Amino acid sequence: MAGFKKKESREMPEMNTSSLPDLIFTILFFFMIVTTMREVTLKVKFTVPSGTELEKLTKKSAVSYIYVGPPTDALRAQLGSSTRIQLNDRFAEPREVMDFVAQERQGMTNQAEQIISIKADSRTQMGIITDIKEVLRKSWALRINYSATRRN
Amino acid sequence: MGKKKKKVPALNSSSTADISFILLIFFLVTTSMDTDSGLSRRLPQPPDKEQEDAQIDVKERNVLNVRLNAAGALMCNSDIIDVNLLCDRAKEFIANPNDLSTLPEKHAKTIDLLGNCYVTDKHVISVQTDRGTPYEVYFQVQNELVRAYNELRDELAKSKFGRPYEALTDEQKVAVRAYYPQKISEAEPKTYGGTK
Repeated sequence: MAGFKKKESREMPEMNTSSLPDLIFTILFFFMIVTTMREVTLKVKFTVPSGTELEKLTKKSAVSYIYVGPPTDALRAQLGSSTRIQLNDRFAEPREVMDFVAQERQGMTNQAEQIISIKADSRTQMGIITDIKEVLRKSWALRINYSATRRN
Repeated sequence: MGKKKKKVPALNSSSTADISFILLIFFLVTTSMDTDSGLSRRLPQPPDKEQEDAQIDVKERNVLNVRLNAAGALMCNSDIIDVNLLCDRAKEFIANPNDLSTLPEKHAKTIDLLGNCYVTDKHVISVQTDRGTPYEVYFQVQNELVRAYNELRDELAKSKFGRPYEALTDEQKVAVRAYYPQKISEAEPKTYGGTK
């Protein structure tokens, strides 16, 4: 059979990787746009309850978070293990929620759509939650969301 | 100096990919992709001074009292029941399918798209908690009550429009919501037994 050349020392042509950085940058920008920075460092620990009738919080810019739970293990030595409220980066009392809501509302473009997401530990007692709700009512932040995980 | 054009050596850009990879991974770690989900509720408006004085009279048959004590036990009107049974109990209460005299009264109401209906629009589900009630129990109760409404709305949507509630148009949703208005009231917490 003719037509077969004698094997030369052929080299694999190198793949052109000059567009690889651009590719990765594109993915990077995609992630930067669709995700949000973790809001705060958590000082309380909580496991939210699980439910079936959940709705997704889509407009993240209109959501403010209130964390309720016992202090994290690292802080327990100083603060004890009783349930605390965390607003932004610090612990707060229920009455401070009003200032927090007003402050959060200031920075929003669509203030009427403000939603307060309550991320509370499932073992919290209702007393503290009720206090928060009362303050939220007084500060006209009526749309709230009890944060939860989906259960089937 | 020679006039010969000097060739600028090309910058080795093979590490740019690595750098951008590191950036990418950094963002993956520090951001959260998960869309938060939760049970959406609407709080009642803050009470006015006049409103506080004028108590709204609600007939006993129109109220479903759901009480939670500090131990997390659930009482529905006068029975102690399990949380799992609350949904059916609430559905029966809201819909009053057999027009019983112990369940909410029905009123004739004209709703767009649905025509004349008899609806129990005066019903109220009152959830009362103790300061010591675990949040978990309270959340499950809220979840079951919302589920009762969602299931009823779904059933109505399927029988009238042949589609589940979520697939309806906005006008149809409004009609279904008018048929089954969500009325969950939350009373001030009381201390039933438990720690004072």
